[in-house]
Amino acid sequence: MNLTLHVWRQQGPSAPGRLVTYQAKDVSPDQSFLEMLDGLNEELISRGEEPVAFDHDCREGICGSCGVVINGVAHGPEQTTTCQLHMRSFKDGDEIVIEPWRADPFPVIRDLMVDRSAFDRIIAAGGYVSINTGSAPEANGIPVRKEDADMAFDSATCIGCGACVAACKNASAMLFTSAKVAQLARLPQGQVERKRRVLNMVEQMDKEGFGNCSNYQECEAVCPKQISTQNIAVMNREYLRASLSGA
Amino acid sequence: MKVLEETLNARIPSGPLDQKWTRHQGELKLVSPNNKRKYTVIVVGTGLAGGSAAATLAELGYNVRSFCYQDSARRAHSIAAQGGINACKNYQNDGDSVRRFFYDTIKGGDFRSREANVYRLTELSTNIIDQCVAQGVPFAREYGGTLANRSFGGAQVSRTFYARGQTGQQLLLGCYQAMMRQVNAGKITLHPRTEMLDLVVANGRAIGIITRNLVTGQIEKHCADAVVLATGGYGNVFYLSTNAKGCNVTATFRAYRQGAYFANPCYTQIHPTCIPPHGEHQSKLTLMSESLRNDGRVWVPKKPGDRRPPDQIPDEERDYYLERLYPSYGNLAPRDIASRAAKRVVDEGRGVGPTGVGVYLDFRDAIRRLGEQNIAARYGNLFDMYQRITDENPYKVPMRIYPASHYTMGGLWVDYNLMSNIPGLFVIGEANFSDHGANRLGASALLQGLVDGYFVLPYTIGDYFARFKKLDATTDHPEFDQAEARVKDRIRTLLSINGRRTPDSFHRQLGQLVWDKCGMSRNADGLREAIAKIPEIRQEFWENVKVVGTGEDLNISLEQAGRVADFIELAELMCRDALAREESCGGHFREEHQTEDGEALRDDERFCHVSCWKSNGPDADPDLIIEPLAFENVQLVTRSYK
Repeated sequence: MNLTLHVWRQQGPSAPGRLVTYQAKDVSPDQSFLEMLDGLNEELISRGEEPVAFDHDCREGICGSCGVVINGVAHGPEQTTTCQLHMRSFKDGDEIVIEPWRADPFPVIRDLMVDRSAFDRIIAAGGYVSINTGSAPEANGIPVRKEDADMAFDSATCIGCGACVAACKNASAMLFTSAKVAQLARLPQGQVERKRRVLNMVEQMDKEGFGNCSNYQECEAVCPKQISTQNIAVMNREYLRASLSGA
Repeated sequence: MKVLEETLNARIPSGPLDQKWTRHQGELKLVSPNNKRKYTVIVVGTGLAGGSAAATLAELGYNVRSFCYQDSARRAHSIAAQGGINACKNYQNDGDSVRRFFYDTIKGGDFRSREANVYRLTELSTNIIDQCVAQGVPFAREYGGTLANRSFGGAQVSRTFYARGQTGQQLLLGCYQAMMRQVNAGKITLHPRTEMLDLVVANGRAIGIITRNLVTGQIEKHCADAVVLATGGYGNVFYLSTNAKGCNVTATFRAYRQGAYFANPCYTQIHPTCIPPHGEHQSKLTLMSESLRNDGRVWVPKKPGDRRPPDQIPDEERDYYLERLYPSYGNLAPRDIASRAAKRVVDEGRGVGPTGVGVYLDFRDAIRRLGEQNIAARYGNLFDMYQRITDENPYKVPMRIYPASHYTMGGLWVDYNLMSNIPGLFVIGEANFSDHGANRLGASALLQGLVDGYFVLPYTIGDYFARFKKLDATTDHPEFDQAEARVKDRIRTLLSINGRRTPDSFHRQLGQLVWDKCGMSRNADGLREAIAKIPEIRQEFWENVKVVGTGEDLNISLEQAGRVADFIELAELMCRDALAREESCGGHFREEHQTEDGEALRDDERFCHVSCWKSNGPDADPDLIIEPLAFENVQLVTRSYK
């Protein structure tokens, strides 16, 4: 099939950007969306033009590197990562608008590539259990209810891609932050730092310039790992509890 | 090829096998707590090995500078490991022990690994589970609240711990979080979107690295008291592999060019259960976890050229060839064996799917036995991924799978302390050669990465600091200027060629050649052909590659070109190693050396050793150095899974 692409091109964080139109020819429905972009880039390099910059790595939907807004929807129409989106979701003659995540805390580096280091700083503020290597007790010494382990796992599957922020009108990072808060609040290992963790992570999240939850649940609708907005409810509760009782 | 007389000292401690590591730990020299902060360690790579090492070294008080090419440490390719991590906890009460795990691993590696290293790996496996659970890694659990296990290839006990099909992700996030805690404490400095392009060696010791900032293009010099490479394997030499697109060999290969020995480069693992390739635009292959072989049955039609849909082929006309050939391990035969068996049936014309390159992995019987719901609980995310990629529903139609490049057992040579032959250069995880011999067992890569990073390197690096005089080198050292000049020259050359072919087109060409001649099976003629052909590809590359843009900027085609250039040189080394090893063992299958029923035929008289290659530069043949393997605790036997 043949497609018309309108791709966001931007030299750097402070340079103006614009949509540039390209034709993608002979695209196979079995190709992934990124393989379609690879094809475009091969052609651009052959013509001596700069390829379109986009983040990607594992191409298995787990590393969280990739992510672009496709026709206005983060990661496109299938609620999966961009790398797992296949061209069979489009049809011959389609026009596709491809843009980067748009959020102030995620400045554009080049074209479709953005800086998501704010997420790293949120985790650094408390998204861990403070245990040094070597001081762990016997693994089966602390039983964990299967239901709790499963729920913690569901929260822990967040891949940190940033689609939740891109989809939110407020550029809120609450789905991302709450997934880590909820995972560790659910497990016995996370109890000791439970209050301090939520206070510090939320403080860092605010400092980075992410907005508050809009309650539109757009984040859950685009999340490739189906992280539930229930995590946000858990985080709000954790935050309230910690604020009232002191860390 | 010249064989050097040099003796490599692997520094394997004396004494009984089960006491070597404990004794060695007692003998390792220490650095006192207030001196540790005077030392800086560079760790390149943030996967399970690099991440765990960086976190642990920082906890101990060292200053750590951590580098990765990804935008965040959390995205290293360990994250994609699906099935699990082995540890001989014997929670299932099925007779597991360190001794048994050790033997399974030695045998799995086809008796081409060091006894002492493997024993340490298996001995420390139990600590790893404790450590990860304490970090809050949400492993699968039973209703009683204890940890659950599953089985993996090459073992008759259930010793694999897992977090659904995302074990690598959960373990890596554990490491990453431990790292971020140290970033917060000011003990780790992160350098994401940064690529190591050369190693700096002065007076025979590693003192730093040269990097390129992938956003600004700036070439930077970094000095340290030790350099740790945790940069993964070279599976992407085949172009199509299950590795991430960015995985590359540049760090270890540049270290090889600076004098580090490259060990057993021909030992590559071709994983039996990947989604088969479908077309020429394909950029990578996707793994379907080995854990699927717990419940899926592998088969092809008995008749060659049988194009009927699978549900119309009655059971008596199906060949469940793994169950037939290897009755005691069945569908859980180790990876190298299962891969070769798949290749054999496809070569016989019995392959399935539109291309005929594939075999079925069928869940029909498991779904009948356990119900669709239970299968979904075990493998749901893998089934979903399969369906997204192939547009077929594996609950209804058997999966189609075929082997693909997945892991490399070869890597830089290290001693028992995980130090290369260059003092101050340590190599951990998949990047080194040490623990898996000629074939790695499933669920042991995650284990090795974490054991190296959490529990071995943090001890042994202190011994190096205590034994060698502190250099206090700075980036003013002339060796830094020379290394920087090498890097800049190469970039300038790549940018000036302005040829007609993209870096990717060379990579595809190389990958196809290496897959054909040095893939699942090899022979002397094919290898000689490849050794003649690769320098031609290299020459054309340096005359005809097209790299656009400038060096002082984000430049994707420049990144690709530099990585492809190193893969081309590595491919030649792989073929040389495969040609020199006149035997079949594990993942290295030489067609000339097989039993009557097509199994690998080792030659313990001549090849019970590690082949270490010493670079003489890109235009001269490398030299070979032999490290003999001594087996004091196990008997060398023919590896059988029948």
